[in-house]
Amino acid sequence: MYRYNDFDHDFVRTRVDQFRSQVERRLDGSLTEDEFKPLRLMNGLYLQLHAYMLRIAVPYGTLNGRQMRQFAYIADTWDKGYGHFTTRQNIQFNWPKLKDVPEILDALADVEMHAIQTSGNCIRNVTADHFAGAAADEVEDPRPTAELLRQWSTDHPEFQFLPRKFKIAVSGASEDRAVTRAHDIGLVLKRDDQGNPGYEVIVGGGLGRTPMVGKTIREFLPKADLLPYLEAILQVYNLNGRRDNKYKARIKITVHENGIDKIRAQVEEVFARNRDVFTGPPADLLADIEAAFEPPEFDNTRSATLEEALNSDAILRSFVDTNVAEHKNPAYGIVTVSLKPVGGTPGDATSDQMRVLADLAERYSHDELRVSHEQNIILPHVRRADIPAVHAALREAGLATANIGLVSDIIACPGMDYCALATARSIPVAQEISQRFDELKLEQDIGPLKIKISGCINACGHHHVGHIGILGLDRAGVENYQITLGGDGTETTAIGERVGPGFSAEAIVPAIETVVNTYLAERESPEETFLQAYRRLGAAPFKAALYPDQGVKSHAA
Amino acid sequence: MARAFKPAVITANDLLEGDVVYLTADCGWTGDIEEAFVAAEEEVARRMLATAESQHSRVVGAYLAEVSVGSDGRPSPVHFREAFRTRGPSNYFHGKQAEV
Repeated sequence: MYRYNDFDHDFVRTRVDQFRSQVERRLDGSLTEDEFKPLRLMNGLYLQLHAYMLRIAVPYGTLNGRQMRQFAYIADTWDKGYGHFTTRQNIQFNWPKLKDVPEILDALADVEMHAIQTSGNCIRNVTADHFAGAAADEVEDPRPTAELLRQWSTDHPEFQFLPRKFKIAVSGASEDRAVTRAHDIGLVLKRDDQGNPGYEVIVGGGLGRTPMVGKTIREFLPKADLLPYLEAILQVYNLNGRRDNKYKARIKITVHENGIDKIRAQVEEVFARNRDVFTGPPADLLADIEAAFEPPEFDNTRSATLEEALNSDAILRSFVDTNVAEHKNPAYGIVTVSLKPVGGTPGDATSDQMRVLADLAERYSHDELRVSHEQNIILPHVRRADIPAVHAALREAGLATANIGLVSDIIACPGMDYCALATARSIPVAQEISQRFDELKLEQDIGPLKIKISGCINACGHHHVGHIGILGLDRAGVENYQITLGGDGTETTAIGERVGPGFSAEAIVPAIETVVNTYLAERESPEETFLQAYRRLGAAPFKAALYPDQGVKSHAA
Repeated sequence: MARAFKPAVITANDLLEGDVVYLTADCGWTGDIEEAFVAAEEEVARRMLATAESQHSRVVGAYLAEVSVGSDGRPSPVHFREAFRTRGPSNYFHGKQAEV
């Protein structure tokens, strides 16, 4: 794993000290809220509906046991004993007190973590495939690239005041688990015909008010050219990006309004100039970073322990079928720990659970953990022979829900239970859906199905790329939920289509049940997934089931 | 035509705790909406809001929230967002609902 150097340590400590002084000035009345707000936001501190919220960056979702244990300590010492893992691979604490935040930031700095650039119109925490360094289908580990981007973008003088926030995701596998096509920039590691490493560069993707699928701006960019090329994209965006309207300021609008060909031509022109005079991190820095991400020493001893256990333990078998993915080393498995128990809050873990995860990482996963954008925790390198022991420990901690990729593995943003921007609640909808399908005992039969819920149009819950997306809105002072179908966040990214008028809080879960029942009735075979069936059938049968009396207006909110 | 003014309370978040608070008749702050001052007229509401905003070392983000007034004279929130703010989140028994 990448470790901070002296510069990183000093930089983070200095920032904490600076912020401590600013908090003191706020508390003694020297700063007004208008003066203080940008300072706190730059340190990840938001003011939400009921309390402050601290958002902490987990760079590319990778952390070790000590860091996870520190989250548990923070949760117990300054919060309410739990944390919320987000769709940006970050963690949020929902109840910190203003005066305690400098202490929390110090505790984070002790374990090489911080909350810098988790807000504001800057380059945010770079996200990556949560199976990075472990997946069987990986061409190359995306994390060294993500770390290079973190170093390049942190405190970059030109990119601290972009037209709008800027999000970069990196994937290095054939399956896109990082939603690269829904980011401002998506990078996919690949090889050219001669086997040279480089990237497909995607630009202008994004969800939110105006969802867009990113467009390929460069089919193949040699690895060494990455930073000058991205700097060219950022420069073109910084000059062309609109600042007159917040809702039209993201690069997706710049690309949409100018056209990808025009943007590409401009970027190539700036890149040609930049390339020889680039003053950012040198290209050989990437080689140093790559060395820090060398895979752990795997134990290749094959053992029949797991196979024997599977024969006698149906619960373990179900867990392995659902939550264990193929590792690049056949003696290993990737274990996804679901933070979606039936009726639970997606993405939440208690401090006790965090400590269990830290212990398991240290003992069984080469001290590595990952946060997924789907709000689960990954133990990336578990010997298959150790899986029964890991499963037993997870069960004891209430962490062994076998539902990855199934109907109850729901993404939900905090919604109006916490978020000041939300227009409706998300969490109770997720809780009710998981409870309902648990009652129906249909989860395994339904098979792969991604439900994603956002409590406002900003789409933190990725509803546009949910197979079933749910968007919570305020319609004339009442919570109302719109359904989109057919979204997809993988390498075949698609934006879901809205089926029709929204549903009330009471009617939304029955409506989701109707959608699922329609799929079950219409699918050609159990092998045809929800998404495949939707792509074959289109929206018509789902609309007919949801709005049976054609007098659709009677449902309208 | 200008929208008719509806009774409102002045609400904000406490600077230190982040907790939801309401302005009282004596220009102090309470965590209980039932103890809040209700402005029945627009001019009064505007004046009290200005008072609230001047207390920037106590509270953050003061604004008017519409209320309905019961027969006992106590205000209750009109919009669901404001109703949630009087209680706390629905997934855990945290926030105001746990303090009572």
